[in-house]
Amino acid sequence: MADLRAALGPDRARAEPLELALYQRDAGVDRGQAAAVCFPDTGDQLAAAVRIAARHDRPFVARGSGTGLAGGATPVGDPLVIVTTGLNRILEVDADERVAWVEPGVLNLDLSRAVHHLGLHYAPDPSSQQACTIGGNVATNAGGPHCLAAGVTAAHVLAVEVVLADGSVAMLGGLEPDAPGYDLRGCFVGSEGTMGVSGRIAVRLTPNPPAVRTLLLDFSTIEAAAATVSGIIAAGIVPAALEMMDAEITRAVEDFVGAGYPRDAAAVLLVELDGLPAGVEAQVEAVRRVGHEHGARTVRVAADDAERALLWKGRKSAFGAIARIAPDYYLHDAVVPRTKLVDVLRQVYAIAAEYDLTMMNVFHAGDGNLHPLIVFDQRTPGVWERVHAAGDAILRACVDAGGVLSGEHGIGLEKRDAMPLVFTPDDLDAQARLRDAFDPSGRANPEKILPSGSRCGELQRVPAGAWI
Amino acid sequence: MTTAATLPDLEELRDRIAAAETVVPVGGRTHWDVGGPAPIGVEVRAPAGVVSYDPAELTVTAGAGTTVADLAATLEDGGQECVLDPRDPAAATVGGTLASGLSGYRRLRYGSLRDRLLEVRFVTGDGRVVKGGGPTVKNVTGYDLPRLLVGSLGTIGVIVQVTLRCQPRPRHVTWAGTSGDPFEVRRRCFRPSCIAWDGGDTRVLLEGDPDDVAAELHAGGLTPGDRGPAWPDGPHRGRISVRPGRLCALADELGGVDGLRWVAEIGVGTVHVGADGPAPLAQARQAAEAAGGWLLREQGDGIDGFGAGLPNRQLMARIKTAFDPAGKLSPGRLPV
Repeated sequence: MADLRAALGPDRARAEPLELALYQRDAGVDRGQAAAVCFPDTGDQLAAAVRIAARHDRPFVARGSGTGLAGGATPVGDPLVIVTTGLNRILEVDADERVAWVEPGVLNLDLSRAVHHLGLHYAPDPSSQQACTIGGNVATNAGGPHCLAAGVTAAHVLAVEVVLADGSVAMLGGLEPDAPGYDLRGCFVGSEGTMGVSGRIAVRLTPNPPAVRTLLLDFSTIEAAAATVSGIIAAGIVPAALEMMDAEITRAVEDFVGAGYPRDAAAVLLVELDGLPAGVEAQVEAVRRVGHEHGARTVRVAADDAERALLWKGRKSAFGAIARIAPDYYLHDAVVPRTKLVDVLRQVYAIAAEYDLTMMNVFHAGDGNLHPLIVFDQRTPGVWERVHAAGDAILRACVDAGGVLSGEHGIGLEKRDAMPLVFTPDDLDAQARLRDAFDPSGRANPEKILPSGSRCGELQRVPAGAWI
Repeated sequence: MTTAATLPDLEELRDRIAAAETVVPVGGRTHWDVGGPAPIGVEVRAPAGVVSYDPAELTVTAGAGTTVADLAATLEDGGQECVLDPRDPAAATVGGTLASGLSGYRRLRYGSLRDRLLEVRFVTGDGRVVKGGGPTVKNVTGYDLPRLLVGSLGTIGVIVQVTLRCQPRPRHVTWAGTSGDPFEVRRRCFRPSCIAWDGGDTRVLLEGDPDDVAAELHAGGLTPGDRGPAWPDGPHRGRISVRPGRLCALADELGGVDGLRWVAEIGVGTVHVGADGPAPLAQARQAAEAAGGWLLREQGDGIDGFGAGLPNRQLMARIKTAFDPAGKLSPGRLPV
């Protein structure tokens, strides 16, 4: 603590019980315990904090706003928690090269707002974009509704200046289109803080599309909505966004926001098309046709920006809306092949019924990214056990359908011990080698992503209360 | 949906790799001179053939030994394409293209070659099969081994099977030209697929709805014509990587190099260079490095693969050693 206070200033390093309690967890459910928390205000202070952790041979966990849902920022192993939200400066915007340098604590939406007058935006748009940081987005390789066509964070990060676990600073990638040798930038994005901490990030800015159209289609069965998703892709259209909401969440959102969603729909699709005007209009007609072919009851095309914004407000408020139904929720994240959506959804509803839980689905249908949401009241005796068991069953159903464990939230602590469901011991060993090459000390966000036993020769141990 | 039999048993390939002292993965030899010199050792080839393709998934899985042209023919049946764009698709294999890491000429619109690869299976130097990534279009399950493998030049593992992201084929495709300012074309057109400039002539690739293409032609002051750019050829070739904002200044320097042919991708920062001998490439490398960039050798000898040393070399060396402790996979291809 003395070293931290000397390097960062007395107010920027804390170890009071209340402060530590605030940083026990992220927006997920796993709790841990930090030894100390620090709040660097400059890149130099950030590097100093990591060096101090190195000198004292202590683990460290970097975190942004803590909106992660997989326990990636949960402190494990009595670490120093490094909060990056004070590093919130947009350092440089080059409108001609369409690049911005930002500090890791810059909020996702703040960046898009700051470059809006230049006709540009930052494409990845997680639903938490008002609160989540770019640094956190890099750590989790975050997605969002508009990543269907635009690609996830990894496709929009050009360079990251990283403080490695030994306190040294390395520039990974660059503003040149290619960097010689291995794609270290690509390895770092999505590594959930286990390879070091980002200090500065260069992101690609995307021109705002000349034309945008947003459609709301509603259906009397969820199967018809899912078939429409496949039909749109089969028609040669990759929408900018393609979101599905089931009956329960549609009603909840409508009660909350009043976006004009039909309260009696079994499912609604929110489809956004963007690009040049002629192509967009042709696609609007194609989506309308595909929707009607699959029994859409209504196809509403937002008439203006205000109506568009309202339709999106409904979608992005989904998690606020459920607070009116029950005090707690558990949000899952898994991806299945698009063509398996209907099958898997059917299983997901059956699992909810089996465990007597209220389940809602709001998700990125276009890329098969499911977000089953279990709402409950944790004061109900035994409910946690059912929530966990149902979550485990859902994950297995997704994997059995050829899917993966996470589409955009990451593995963190929550899904770490499910990794063997999709990876062999040799696969996990290879991942451990990559992680250890970046951080031979193992002090950068330890115990995350890879289950113990991933390294060849390590003893296999299944932690209590794990997913398996 | 196309589903061929699964890939042939990899047993024999694994055994050969495990037993060899030096392993050299071979595709179509179309990227043979990229980077460091080709080592001498046991040459191994990945299986060929499309394993599965379902247009509704917008993904395709294929043996890494499949040629890019064969893959394209399969995808054409589904009205789709996978943007790999190597120089010689008939001979280049999917695995070789990925291992070389060279993005194609449509990068301005579709992004880097690395954004194509979703899942990779590779054989390690000690003969194990490792899978990285996953088959879905969106995935953050574990570390991103696919991105490590792209551009690794055979030094991490022998790529045997890949799952790639596909996209619908554009309805209309045309090259167009102007003798005006290529940087102005970039500012005026919304989403051109390529803006190629040789210092005088600018060639622009437009893809999309026919009416939009017509509107873009107008906006950019472009004259349609099906002639694409004359990509530099010759026995000595390379590519410069530089900040796109420095292309204009770099072009002045390159214009002064005798015997150098070059075409720049505006907005991307790649400059393709070619010459009849190595000397102009050496001069182009000097100019690139002075502009904060670098030059990768793609073909010929007389200059080395990378010029100045690799950045973060210690970290790269640790990665190389972690995956190939025996140092048997394509030694010398990357100077780590």
